[in-house]
Amino acid sequence: MSATTSRRAFLAAASAAVATLAPGITLIAAQAKPADQPASSSVRWGMLIDTTRCSQDCSACVGACNVENGLGSHGRPQTDPQWIRKVDLTSKRTGQKLSLPVMCQHCESPPCVDVCPTGASFKRQDGIVLVDRHICIGCRYCMMACPYKARSFVHESLENQRPHQPRGKGCVEGCNLCAHRVDEGKRPACAEACASGAILFGDLNDPKSEIAQKLRTLPTTQIRPELKLNTAVRYGGLSI
Amino acid sequence: MKTVAYREVEAMTTGWWMLMGVLAAFTSLGLLAAFYMEHNGHWVTGMTNQIVWGLPHVFAVFLIVAASGALNVASISSVFGRTAYKPLAPLSALLAVSLLAGGLTVLLLDLGRPDRLMVAMTKYNFRSIFAWNVILYSGFFGIVVVYMWTMMDRRMKSFSKPAGFAAFAWRLILTTGTGSIFGFLVARTPYDSAVMAPMFIAMSFSFGLAVFILVVFASSEMTNRPLGDALVRRLKNLLGVFIAAVLYFVTVQQLTGLYVAEKRDAVVFLLTNGGVFTILFWLVQIGLGALLPLALLFAPPTAMNRPAIGLAAILVILGGIAQVYVIIIGGQAYPMPLFPGFEATSSFFDGQVNTYVPSGPEAFLGVSGFAVAMLLVAFASTVFRFLPESLADEVVDPHCAAKARK
Repeated sequence: MSATTSRRAFLAAASAAVATLAPGITLIAAQAKPADQPASSSVRWGMLIDTTRCSQDCSACVGACNVENGLGSHGRPQTDPQWIRKVDLTSKRTGQKLSLPVMCQHCESPPCVDVCPTGASFKRQDGIVLVDRHICIGCRYCMMACPYKARSFVHESLENQRPHQPRGKGCVEGCNLCAHRVDEGKRPACAEACASGAILFGDLNDPKSEIAQKLRTLPTTQIRPELKLNTAVRYGGLSI
Repeated sequence: MKTVAYREVEAMTTGWWMLMGVLAAFTSLGLLAAFYMEHNGHWVTGMTNQIVWGLPHVFAVFLIVAASGALNVASISSVFGRTAYKPLAPLSALLAVSLLAGGLTVLLLDLGRPDRLMVAMTKYNFRSIFAWNVILYSGFFGIVVVYMWTMMDRRMKSFSKPAGFAAFAWRLILTTGTGSIFGFLVARTPYDSAVMAPMFIAMSFSFGLAVFILVVFASSEMTNRPLGDALVRRLKNLLGVFIAAVLYFVTVQQLTGLYVAEKRDAVVFLLTNGGVFTILFWLVQIGLGALLPLALLFAPPTAMNRPAIGLAAILVILGGIAQVYVIIIGGQAYPMPLFPGFEATSSFFDGQVNTYVPSGPEAFLGVSGFAVAMLLVAFASTVFRFLPESLADEVVDPHCAAKARK
């Protein structure tokens, strides 16, 4: 009896635990993408950056990006790749000071994809814009066309590359929203590293997602809105 | 008009060896420079993540623009029926394909991955103006080679006019494509303008004719072939018209920029406080590259002086290189307006005027484009009959020559 009771108790407890954890597990399972399946157009990944929470003396997002993607420095700032950078702003009219990260804005109509002669610059179905390094010829036309200076050219030989992020001298690269992490159901490294919660990552297409709800309620903007590129990265607390 | 006789350039003479040697040396230096840049990576050049296109692109674009313009003499003969230009039509077509080959060589060797040429030739994104240009350049080679065949093979003569028409139309589209590489770039304020395409066409007329005049002068001199004043007068007057056309488009470009608030700061930067770009614009592009050549070509003391006309052509080329430099490098040096109304600073040089110091390898690679083009012209003129035996007045324009004798 005691054994039966204990078994029942165990099953009940286990059921309760499953019921409690299941939503979370289901959520992650739905967001993680099986490796053998293409990205889905039902989602559009994006970021909301709350500039009021972003401190000028913090560059945790930049550091996390560099570590995650194996971006080392050769001590040559003019040619070292930067996938994300902190930009400090001072309003010419009011003197207001702001600090914010700028990276690939993952445009809905990306000029880099339009101009790329070989199609190496491309947009996934889920809105992530990235470079296929197998067919990038290193012409840098995408860098000329990007309105956000979001891309870097690999100017010299690379060492200690990260296995999930193969890179190559002579090719162009930039933020790919940590596609390898997103496909595993994780957030991009910069969003995870942001202790102040200034970088919110999520599915812009899901009306229930936190990012979609905040975009509905908070005043936000995109950089260079006049270009009508419909970027996936939006900024709060910034009036351009 | 008499039948024009053509003759190959005599090979293996001392002068021929010297010319070939110098051109081969410059070509080799360019190849070595490209190898050095590819082996070490582009950090050994002056190009950066801010100035992503540098001196090789300046030379490549100049040569590609000049290539389509070099075809003008042939077009004027075949399309517009001006027989005086007919003796030079084959050379005009040869110079066009050679300059294009030189420009494309530079462009290719500057790629981050020149070994992936086959990728560029087989994978096309048809929304890309670059991809259109790959097709336009290949088509230009094909059409102009056929055009040369129709001009140089008696059996094909009847096809010469339609081939000339096709080549003329193609070259206009080609230069429109080259100008649109910049004209369609909405990201950078100094580019983004529809005037780029027609301005590039005017530039091609001017640069191409300047190179052509120098090649005609040099080949006549080096191979001891007569060159009469009738043709020189036509060529130099035409160059003057083309210089004026470029000046017109540059004026329109800058004035429209000044009128549009969004672009005004960028134009003021270039015209008044853009440092080296302002100097290059006023002094080299406008002063030395346009006004001085116009004076040399039309002022009575120098108007028919051959060295002065040659100098004017050289100045047009220098001014043209300066113009392309100002467009390409100056357009990237001007800060991208990400946050209007804010002062911006960052580790990626936001809000700053970007600096560019060209390196030796870039310069060697760029100049080698000219060497490749001239090597092709010299070699082809040696193997085939591209150069007329004489360009004396009675050959070019017997009617005028007869009148002058009376």
